[in-house]
Amino acid sequence: MNGRSLNILGLVLVSVTGLAFMLLTPQLAELDTVLDLTVYMIMAVLALSLALIWGFGGILCFGQSAFFGLGAYTYAIAMFNIGESTLPFLLAIILPAAFAALLGYFMFYGRISDVYLGVITLTVTLILFNSVNSTAGPEFHIGTARLGGFNGIPGIPPLNWPFNKTAAIDLEGMFYLATGSLLATYFGLRLLLASQFGRIIVGIRENERRAELLGYDPRAYKLATFTIGGALAGFAGCLFANWGNFVSPTIFGLAQSAQIIIWVIVGGRGTLIGPVIGCIGIQWLSAALGANQPSGGSDLWSKIFANAPLILGVILIAFVLLVPKGLVPTLGDIGLSLVRRRRAREQRGFEPQQAE
Amino acid sequence: MDLVALLAIQVLYAVASLALISVGLAIIFGMMRVINLAHGEFLMLGGYAAIVATSHGISIWVAMLVVAPIVVGLIGIIVERAIIRFLYGRMIDTMLATWGLSLFLVGLTTAIFGNTTVGISAPLGSIQIGAYRTSAYTLFVIAIAIAVLGAIFAVMRWTRLGLIARGTMQNADMAAALGVNPPRVYAVTFGVGAALSGLAGAVLAPVSGVFPTIGVAYVAKSFITVIGGGAAILSGTVSASALFGTINQIATFVTTPVFGEVALLAAAIVLIRLLPQGITGRFFRRGL
Amino acid sequence: MAAALLDTRDLSMHFGGVKAVRNVNFTLAEGELRCLIGPNGAGKSTFFKMLTGQLEPTRGQVLFRGQDISRAHAHQIARLGIGIKTQVPSVFDGLSVRDNIWLAASRLNSKERARRLVDEMLERIGLVDAAERLVGQLAHGQRQWVELGLVLSTDPELILLDEPAAGMTHEEVLKTAALVREINRSKALIVVEHDMQFIRMIAKQVTVFNQGSVLVEDTVDNIMRNPQVRDIYLGKQAAA
Ligand SMILES: Nc1ncnc2c1ncn2[C@@H]1O[C@H](COP(=O)(O)OP(=O)(O)O)[C@@H](O)[C@H]1O
Ligand SMILES: [Mg+2]
Repeated sequence: MNGRSLNILGLVLVSVTGLAFMLLTPQLAELDTVLDLTVYMIMAVLALSLALIWGFGGILCFGQSAFFGLGAYTYAIAMFNIGESTLPFLLAIILPAAFAALLGYFMFYGRISDVYLGVITLTVTLILFNSVNSTAGPEFHIGTARLGGFNGIPGIPPLNWPFNKTAAIDLEGMFYLATGSLLATYFGLRLLLASQFGRIIVGIRENERRAELLGYDPRAYKLATFTIGGALAGFAGCLFANWGNFVSPTIFGLAQSAQIIIWVIVGGRGTLIGPVIGCIGIQWLSAALGANQPSGGSDLWSKIFANAPLILGVILIAFVLLVPKGLVPTLGDIGLSLVRRRRAREQRGFEPQQAE
Repeated sequence: MDLVALLAIQVLYAVASLALISVGLAIIFGMMRVINLAHGEFLMLGGYAAIVATSHGISIWVAMLVVAPIVVGLIGIIVERAIIRFLYGRMIDTMLATWGLSLFLVGLTTAIFGNTTVGISAPLGSIQIGAYRTSAYTLFVIAIAIAVLGAIFAVMRWTRLGLIARGTMQNADMAAALGVNPPRVYAVTFGVGAALSGLAGAVLAPVSGVFPTIGVAYVAKSFITVIGGGAAILSGTVSASALFGTINQIATFVTTPVFGEVALLAAAIVLIRLLPQGITGRFFRRGL
Repeated sequence: MAAALLDTRDLSMHFGGVKAVRNVNFTLAEGELRCLIGPNGAGKSTFFKMLTGQLEPTRGQVLFRGQDISRAHAHQIARLGIGIKTQVPSVFDGLSVRDNIWLAASRLNSKERARRLVDEMLERIGLVDAAERLVGQLAHGQRQWVELGLVLSTDPELILLDEPAAGMTHEEVLKTAALVREINRSKALIVVEHDMQFIRMIAKQVTVFNQGSVLVEDTVDNIMRNPQVRDIYLGKQAAA
């Protein structure tokens, strides 16, 4: 089996499981489960946004949650002011994308190195967090929407069918929307990465200087990648605001940014399916750990195992030290070496026969 | 007039506390090119070390100035041996692993101490400046910052350790050429950086209280101070703290503390854009 | 009189106190093939980096077809038609040979055409069998060929080769010389090389760099007879 047919097999596998999952889950599962799964799907879109920027574009972004939060807040604020969700939905994508473009222009055209890129994106996230967190008073409002500071914004109206205010999307509809969005994002990014643009950004990640010497302007390509990633994260933020009908500044927080990084590291940079798996796996783990808490005893060990940051920290350290490529690429490597070994064994098996 | 004096003290305090929380990170970054994202948690651990020590009847001065740096310094050495040393030369992986360490330490302290703010009261009273009162502890923090920076200056300038440190700062291979054992130098450096962070965290504990996630409040500020300052440890820390501390305090004075902080972070981003090598990459290149 | 293809005026590059290139005035005619020699550290690679926008000159100008490109970005210069094979092979290690060449060919050509050009180029650099392998896994000599393929695929007017024969077997050196002559039928080239035999095979005109400046410029035969060149070149080579 060569690379191409393996690729097609992967695509078929993802589409079939994805579609089956989307269509069957609401039929088979409890509503609570469907609700939980919805947020996994939304976060997986967020994971894909960083998978593109970091895993393929090679841009170290420690502040992906900034775009996510911006998308969620934009949707909420626009929704209170407008009341019909078509425009708020679009704004929740456009505004984070514009912000990413501005920030990206500043960083890439300023030729800021990787490490500083990490620090700047982190700092921007903190600025947003601090600013929004301090807007608790009634004097902070945009139009009719109060920002609410650290209390957040509750009671955000749900999405409706485009231009039809009365047809609001219900919980089950939200699941279809989130899962459909994830599948669309996944396949959209596959297409993007297979295009000339996608191959060039991977080339730039591999060797920026060489790409330049071939006549490609890395700054422009990185800016475009970063902007697309910002738009996707904003989109995920919009869905998230819909899911809980609530946003609060914690979605700008460092903990949220760390999570996104962990999903991508665990799943594997340079793949799309990896970060999706990493995201769902880690969220499931966090939920399971959180669920431990009430029933668990009050001794130190049960406190430790009920403690998501602690476990996530250990996972991050362990992956950086032991599995730096992430799960999917590492499993791929293992698979490949198994195939090679078998081939080598087969060949050795043939040789004596030929000699006879 | 009194108001000016008060404002001057507050600006000086902002600069001093910025220098204090950054200098440990600056040493680790300047000498090892390691960006330690768990730096804020080292400060947090310093605060807890002081609080636990005082609750066991140790004098608050000893707890802050002796116990905290020793405890956090030892933790630093363990961290260097267990994690950092496998990642030398992989700057980004180091950032990620130390971010993991940061989460781990937050989780661990939450499990042990709970998610509430613990305070110790500032040990000094207040002083009168004309019509205004200010805490004497403010002056103590300024004095500690000056003492710490002075001590680093003395070590760098006049001791063999300082010579090695300056050598490594300019050229990583130089330490090896001098016949020193680089792994030991790195472990010691990391320990010293951590110890200074522990000291800073403990000294600031009476001002801010201590809670598991307090590191977040410190980490961005100390980062931008270090990166804004550039490679030279002392002159970088001092110049960047002076710049950012002043901006922070004046913006706070004019608006609110939150926007003071926002102004500081925004100023830092602009500075990094204008001077990617930091202030000392452009000026005071021959500084320590 | 035909205008020069490339012209440098008082071109200089200083790294702190090190004057890597000083006041170089260098002219190359359309279609010319020039060899650049000089001991290690003479400033040849630095000179190339200024021509391709990888370094901004401390002083002086680079004119390409009369246009000042001394402050242009590397990608702009590449688009104007200067290609470079660097001294340390600069390729996309994580991609296959085919994808490497494709990235170079696809900037100027439609998808169909690019695909066809890639196949032709694989043939030309003799890597058809290795087309699907990752470049990072190839031997040093093969990576040199990949880089050459990258440069040729962007179809530049002027090609700079920095020590193209280094690390190649004798056979490969012969093949490289033949390729260089073939390229020269339609393109101008500047080739940095130490191997005198190789230089004899390809060049008529040679420029000698020493300590950042042009020492002499003459025909191959005269250069080889020049005792001054022998001294600085061979002397330093032997010492190094
Ligand atoms: N980026 C740099 N920084 C400092 N010095 C450099 C740099 N690049 C080259 N040099 C110095 O410039 C001189 C010329 O180097 P180079 O152009 O590589 O020579 P050549 O290619 O002729 O061997 C050498 O002394 C080298 O050490
Ligand atoms: Mg060279």
